[in-house]
Amino acid sequence: MLSKGLKRKREEEQEKETLAVDTWWLDPSLPAVAQAPPPATSSSLFDLSVLKLHHSLRQSEPDLRHLVLVVNTLRRVQASMAPEPTLPPMPSPSAAPCVADSLLASSDAALSASMASLLEDLSHIEGLSQAPQPLVDEGLPGRPAGGSPPSLGALDLLGPATGCLLDDELEGLFEDIDTSMYDSELWAPASEALKPGPEDGPGKEEALELDEAELDYLLDVLVGTQALERPPGPGR
Amino acid sequence: MIPGIGTLTQDTLWCFSQVKGTIEIGVTEADIISTVEFNHTGELLATGDKGGRVVIFQREQESKNQVHRRGEYNVYSTFQSHEPEFDYLKSLEIEEKINKIRWLPQQNAAYFLLSTNDKTVKLWKVSERDKRPEGYNLKDEEGRLRDPATITTLRVPVLRPMDLMVEATPRRVFANAHTYHINSISVNSDYETYMSADDLRINLWNFEITNQSFNIVDIKPANMEELTEVITAAEFHPHHCNSFVYSSSKGTIRLCDMRASALCDRHSKFFEEPEDPSNRSFFSEIISSISDVKFSHSGRYIMTRDYLTVKVWDLNMENRPIETYQVHDYLRSKLCSLYENDCIFDKFECVWNGSDSVIMTGSYNNFFRMFDRNTKRDVTLEASRENSKPRAILKPRKVCVGGKRRKDEISVDSLDFSKKILHTAWHPSENIIAVAATNNLYIFQDKVN
Repeated sequence: MLSKGLKRKREEEQEKETLAVDTWWLDPSLPAVAQAPPPATSSSLFDLSVLKLHHSLRQSEPDLRHLVLVVNTLRRVQASMAPEPTLPPMPSPSAAPCVADSLLASSDAALSASMASLLEDLSHIEGLSQAPQPLVDEGLPGRPAGGSPPSLGALDLLGPATGCLLDDELEGLFEDIDTSMYDSELWAPASEALKPGPEDGPGKEEALELDEAELDYLLDVLVGTQALERPPGPGR
Repeated sequence: MIPGIGTLTQDTLWCFSQVKGTIEIGVTEADIISTVEFNHTGELLATGDKGGRVVIFQREQESKNQVHRRGEYNVYSTFQSHEPEFDYLKSLEIEEKINKIRWLPQQNAAYFLLSTNDKTVKLWKVSERDKRPEGYNLKDEEGRLRDPATITTLRVPVLRPMDLMVEATPRRVFANAHTYHINSISVNSDYETYMSADDLRINLWNFEITNQSFNIVDIKPANMEELTEVITAAEFHPHHCNSFVYSSSKGTIRLCDMRASALCDRHSKFFEEPEDPSNRSFFSEIISSISDVKFSHSGRYIMTRDYLTVKVWDLNMENRPIETYQVHDYLRSKLCSLYENDCIFDKFECVWNGSDSVIMTGSYNNFFRMFDRNTKRDVTLEASRENSKPRAILKPRKVCVGGKRRKDEISVDSLDFSKKILHTAWHPSENIIAVAATNNLYIFQDKVN
């Protein structure tokens, strides 16, 4: 936990530094924006856009419209600065000195890469969060898996989620999750048994017992590495 | 001038009617109004704020004694629509800010409205209760259960009048269908379905079903690196329940027909104005991003708002708008500064009057603009406490662009960019408008002779 504390501190410092830089760019209380207009040169606009992009990406949930518009503007500026038709990742060496030079130095080269990876992260996280959760509702007939009891919540995330939301996309969303451990023999019959019918009467207790055993196994598997390489933990 | 017809001639004078909200210097963030909407009769006016609250005002019955004063709007109901939530998977907080409110047409004694934040849409029922049952057998007057052994006679409970109580109850919660931020909701003319749109997807819902929605538009690219455009607004056609439009951050509007296919990725019509080469700049795309799209009441036109203009499009002509109105063209030379302080990303809404002859939209410095489509006249008015005397006539404002500033004109450099009018609403049949200025709601009416 000590390392966590250190990490947080460093992030805070970075945040403070960034905030100090950001303040005068984005001060909303500026009564008249035209009081001290900076020269609208390509390079200063480039710097400004990169700053905005970083600020936007650092948000826990970036405003997608803002992000896309800033990125597109940045691309336009980059295109105007580059003499060749193909866009070089680095800006011209004679870029105007900028307060956030240190930030830019580390980010320019990997700008498109970092933005791309962050946008990809967004989409992967989006894939996980799209797993439908059971809702307390006015007893309407649910979709095929609507009748599953809440105890299956964790398993719902990992299996192919039945249900309505963007069905055709679900395959792709889970592509990056390694499901090899769930394809084992041990898994298949258990998961079948765990899919109850709409009436949860007498079979429910049995299903619950199975749930706990399978959840334990699942947690063990997740906590360990790719189970094959590590020696089995105690109790398994 | 015939009352009820919204024609903005020189004879139309707008007067202050009411203002709701506090006058404090420091504005509580939660009180900032984020949406305003009249219901279909204009009897009710709803506002949503950043704190997740909905306040509904009701127009009082006009009395014969006060002919010169048209019905005022008084608070009818206040309720907490959305609470802040925490998404544990992404480890971030979901804002409770109400993005949009849309009324359902009234079908019985109760009122229904949809309210939405970034992720969840809710259907609220607002109903009155002015009677209550009295004389239960098993409960006493305080509601405590009575010992059945003590009951010797039976009586029939009767309904007795009580003080009017207005209660709001959530009837449906439509959740977990949007990964990105919801920007629009629109009730279909069939009154059975509605749609919700976020940055990349549009979903179709049935009011009765909360655990399922149909995805009808999806512009998410397979590779997020290729993302260059987002959905900014969407609305159903007022009469054709199969048609809807959605606008984008690139200044385009697509008209879709749900009969063509389940997934409306192919549009029926595509509206885009070619870029004016003389006005080209690095900010061309940002200022072309459409912040609001509204069908006219007739269904023949659509109106779009981008950063500097309001445009009216004829559904039968896709290559350019039929009318373009400059809202605040004096900002065109200040775009770099406005980009710097993020004002260039402000999303202004626009509204039609009841007869589709006048359109209105907001600007900065608490100014709002009206354009008469017939006479081509326009006017700039201000929502401020200084002009808040009852029935005070609003004086037209003017922004001085350069050169000598006349008395009563305000120079561009003196405009207050923190005072933005993003949300306005126009009564469906009368000249009554509601203007949201940060945490205050102004109601203006035209002068009644």
